[in-house]
Amino acid sequence: MRDIKWSQQTIVAALSVALFIGLSVTLPGFLTGPNLLALLQSVAVLGLLAVGMGIIVIGRGIDLSMIATLAIPPALMLQMVQDGHDPAAAFAAALVLTLIFGLINGWLITYADVPALFVTLASGIFLSGLGQVAFFSIDIVLWPARLDALNWLGQSSLLGMPVPVIVFAAAVALMGLILNRTKLGRFVYASGDNPATARISGIPTRPMTVLIYVFGAMIGAFAGLVMAATLNTMPTRVFNSTLIYDVILVVVLGGIGLSGGRGGTSSVLIGTLLIGMLLNAMTLMNASFSVQNLVKGFILLTAVIADSIINPRNEETAQQGDI
Amino acid sequence: MSLFERVRIVKPLKFSIAIALAMTPLLASCGNPKPLEDKSRDTAYSSFKGRTVAFLPILFANDLAQGWYAGMKSELEPLGVRLEVRDANLSTSVGAQAFTRLIIEKPDVIVVQNPDLSAYVRLIQRAEREGIHVIQVNMQSSAGSAGFVGPDWVEIGRRQANAAIDACKARSGKIAIVQGSLTSAANAYSMQGIRAVLQGHPGIKIVSNQAAEWDTSKAKSITQAVLRQNPDLCAVLGSYDGMDLGEAAAIKEAGLTGKVALITSGGGSRQGACDQVKNGTFTTYFAYDVPTQAQQINTIVKLLLSSGAKPGTLKSVTYTPLRRITASSADQPGMCWSQIY
Repeated sequence: MRDIKWSQQTIVAALSVALFIGLSVTLPGFLTGPNLLALLQSVAVLGLLAVGMGIIVIGRGIDLSMIATLAIPPALMLQMVQDGHDPAAAFAAALVLTLIFGLINGWLITYADVPALFVTLASGIFLSGLGQVAFFSIDIVLWPARLDALNWLGQSSLLGMPVPVIVFAAAVALMGLILNRTKLGRFVYASGDNPATARISGIPTRPMTVLIYVFGAMIGAFAGLVMAATLNTMPTRVFNSTLIYDVILVVVLGGIGLSGGRGGTSSVLIGTLLIGMLLNAMTLMNASFSVQNLVKGFILLTAVIADSIINPRNEETAQQGDI
Repeated sequence: MSLFERVRIVKPLKFSIAIALAMTPLLASCGNPKPLEDKSRDTAYSSFKGRTVAFLPILFANDLAQGWYAGMKSELEPLGVRLEVRDANLSTSVGAQAFTRLIIEKPDVIVVQNPDLSAYVRLIQRAEREGIHVIQVNMQSSAGSAGFVGPDWVEIGRRQANAAIDACKARSGKIAIVQGSLTSAANAYSMQGIRAVLQGHPGIKIVSNQAAEWDTSKAKSITQAVLRQNPDLCAVLGSYDGMDLGEAAAIKEAGLTGKVALITSGGGSRQGACDQVKNGTFTTYFAYDVPTQAQQINTIVKLLLSSGAKPGTLKSVTYTPLRRITASSADQPGMCWSQIY
């Protein structure tokens, strides 16, 4: 039990609670219902992405192309509707694009045996380039009025809770269901923990890996749709932002180790909430973008160092290495 | 004979000879009519033909850059000028590398949009030293060059501040500023204008002043937090229409559309400006018309090429006239430009 007691998750959870109490006492306006809702809402998209990334990293992979899937398929959908296509057809096109993209990612990683880091780095650049060259001419794709029926996805509330937050909660629940209640989930943990053993034991690791990358791409595109509905536009330049690092930050901070097989649903939840709190508090304190980056970097470093002190590398990780 | 007498005789004599000489071609042409010729035309055209203009925007896939490029292409290419594009793709280091390569490739003119005041200063100076004209567009650097084409950012700041003062009449007086990047000309200089105006209005209080790094979603979360803290906010001053859709989304979500004025600026395209002002997304929009800017760039390119001016000798500033777009003026013909890309 010693492991669980002092796992990174526990440390980060304790840190989050301490931070929450500290901010509630010291920062006026922090502990108010509306502000906490704003806090949740501002990290809903980040949390959604972390759900997809979480599953992939548990399976000892990584998906750097997630921001491209966040930006390009939804932007394609908006652009097609703007150009006069049927919304349903546009939605189908975006879906097919995402599906194919996820399949290619998964196939290259598991059948062609190219490291996930390189595949997704390249495929993300490819997809965003494809978007700019082939799908739309300017980076900010506006939300067409014909899609106003989808506005609720980003802009409405259900029982006082903003829909993006509900969507995030649902995604976390789905993640929990997949990881803890299905064979697939157990297999993901197994192959993340030790891919060779998992394969020898008869787990279909290859199709499974393809499946989780497709899942990651779908979550990415869905998060993009929520984001576009929230902003009433899809700024495809988000691909050039540091959002992907925030996603990795959430995942790693929550205790999903990059060497795979560790962490779970609660990691994503804790990581997202901690980052949400930090960003919200810094906005309330009127801190500049650079200071916010500084604090984020500091927190990540602290978490990683704490992890390596409390969970020192054993023989197994030393042999296999991280991703 | 005194000097005076000599002059008196010689001068009329010389004068009449000169007149006679001057009349000769005129008389000749009466007999054999020869049409007048524009001698400068060939020289002008030959000074354009085969020349190269390189264009280095912050992001090519952007409404401003696309508009400038379309305007330059339509006017300069028929003259035989070759246009080349290098895309900094939102990265200052990629832009600086592209600029350095361009200096080696030696185009005749480089048209550059600066990401901030200092990044390209040395490159601009080096390019002019090495015989390349540099025109800066929309956002200037702290180094001057042959031409700057763009809005007077200080004036945009002043007008934004005045619009905020109007919106805040008999209200809380609380305003928020969402900057793009603190070190860009667009923000550094418009802040100068905003501060100058607000000095005379102690009733106006800036409750938040942050940079969203041109990121729509970041602009939204900043505004969201500010609105939760200050629901009685009366105005938000933005920096660029694309990013400011984020503030608009936050205002809309808080149910404060129409109550919180959103004052922005941008290139004035139909979709990005007039349509958005009409549907209430933006309250007031100060537009620097992109097709006008493209014409201003073209004029300076032609001036530089046809005059044969030595690079580095000329420093000029051409401010783009500002248009104020509000709900009542958004429908006026010619207020916004339509997609030309």
